[in-house]
Amino acid sequence: MPLTGSGGRGAKPATIMASITLHRRLSAALWRRPSLALTATLVPPLAWFVLIYLGALVLLFITAFWSVDALTGEIDRTWTFENFSRILGSPTYRAIALRTIGMAAAVTITDALIAYPFAFFMARIAGPKLRVTLLTLVLLPLWSSYLARVYAWRLILAHDGVLNWALNSIGLPDLDIGYSRWAMWIVFSYIWLPFMITPLYTALERIPHSLFEASEDLGARSWRTFGRVVLPLSLPGLVAGSIFTFSLTLGDYITPVLVGGPGSDFIGNVVYANVGIANNVPFAAAYAAIPLIVMALYLTLARRLGASDAM
Amino acid sequence: MPSRFARILLALWSGIVLAFLFGPIAVIALYAFNASNIQTWPIPGFSLRWFVSAWNNREIRAALGLSLQAGVIATAIAVVLGTAAAFAVHRFRFVGREAVSFVVALPIALPGIITGMALNSFFATAGTGLSFGTIVVGHATFCIVVVYNSVLARLRRLPSSLGEASQDLGADAWRTFRLVTLPLISTSLISGAILAFALSFDEVIVTTFTAGAQNTLPLWIFGAIRLGQRLPEVNVVVLIVTAITFVPVLLAYRLSQRSG
Repeated sequence: MPLTGSGGRGAKPATIMASITLHRRLSAALWRRPSLALTATLVPPLAWFVLIYLGALVLLFITAFWSVDALTGEIDRTWTFENFSRILGSPTYRAIALRTIGMAAAVTITDALIAYPFAFFMARIAGPKLRVTLLTLVLLPLWSSYLARVYAWRLILAHDGVLNWALNSIGLPDLDIGYSRWAMWIVFSYIWLPFMITPLYTALERIPHSLFEASEDLGARSWRTFGRVVLPLSLPGLVAGSIFTFSLTLGDYITPVLVGGPGSDFIGNVVYANVGIANNVPFAAAYAAIPLIVMALYLTLARRLGASDAM
Repeated sequence: MPSRFARILLALWSGIVLAFLFGPIAVIALYAFNASNIQTWPIPGFSLRWFVSAWNNREIRAALGLSLQAGVIATAIAVVLGTAAAFAVHRFRFVGREAVSFVVALPIALPGIITGMALNSFFATAGTGLSFGTIVVGHATFCIVVVYNSVLARLRRLPSSLGEASQDLGADAWRTFRLVTLPLISTSLISGAILAFALSFDEVIVTTFTAGAQNTLPLWIFGAIRLGQRLPEVNVVVLIVTAITFVPVLLAYRLSQRSG
């Protein structure tokens, strides 16, 4: 007993000393060889992305060139363009892709038109206090529940909803757009609007006041200052916002299910059905390549226009 | 400066945009107190009965529990990995450094179905099956960028002299991190974490690809709306979810404002 007791007492400071020296050595090593610290901080997040996400992403697009055996349901790993020719050859699949891309474009333009004057007011006219309040008010819906906001429009546009009640009370007839493309257009524009406002605001706020003065000193009227100075300088913000609204609409399949009527399937609906019910992952991957290619083109174009600074 | 007339027009427009942003949210709030089980406007009367009914619904409570758990774990992972990545990018110069910001943003920059499918096919290839764990992994993947952006923005604004001073005074790297850097970035870390949680708590698209039989709260809401079932309870749940996300976002916003 006394032996263990004294041993215990003696060992304690010794282990502390050892841990201190180890600690010292470790930090000295980290200081002398920053590559160690770099490895420690960079490898875990990078490994996560490369393994779980990027690897899967690459794999996915290899899968697009495979097929599914009709009898067994197993994936047949022979290279084939069958999925792509099926998509291009089918009027239905072409129509769905065009509908999705067309809606993404319509929503982007709508949001740009709604957001620009608002962002301009926020950045250039409102005082500092009002500006902060407005920015918070824009960010609130951005982070709040997506489903709640889609559902709200279902209530508003329903046959017995707020819209028809308002129309009837001013003597207008019912407008039944509850489950239609109009509904999808309104809902998408509503949901992604804050994503357009924020980058636009950032871009507009950055423009130095002196440029406005210089333009006016040189005799330009307001609209000319706007067209020649403000609009070009805020273009990166506009492009950054449009990346969000475009990409988010392109990848959505929930809103078409909830507010789109019959025949309003998006690319996402086809993809989801093929991953789940039809169990044809190769075809789903091939179809998902459409939004990916569209986004790749869009991002390349956006980079040219200098949007990366404003994002 | 725009003319007085133009400024009034812009102010008016801004008011309309705000009404557009918040009108639907007000509609949700009113419907939650609807006394009737039929969804018509104007609502016939006010009642709290659907709050009681929603609270007593086991499916809703289970889904809420699952969402909270998934959100907390995913946020924890995102905080560790996002902060680590932000440090690496801030402190060191290495090949592909510019690409890091791009790569971590990919899961939210790419259309949701693509991220969902990529994760789905990863789990299929790895043979893990879909479970609570795969929901968490999926959520963490798209939450990392939120923490990363928040922490990196703060790190860029910190003078490097503070860390140097600490090391000159004899603190080692870990101590400097714990006593100097961490307190300085703590608010950005917390606001990043809150926003990551809000993102996870609300996500539908990626979750539909990574959940097995489990229902997160958004999945329950989606299912109920689609099938047109239990709509009075949906009204209540949707209002509560909106209210819950409003609070942390306001808080995160204040935190990020305070340390400018």
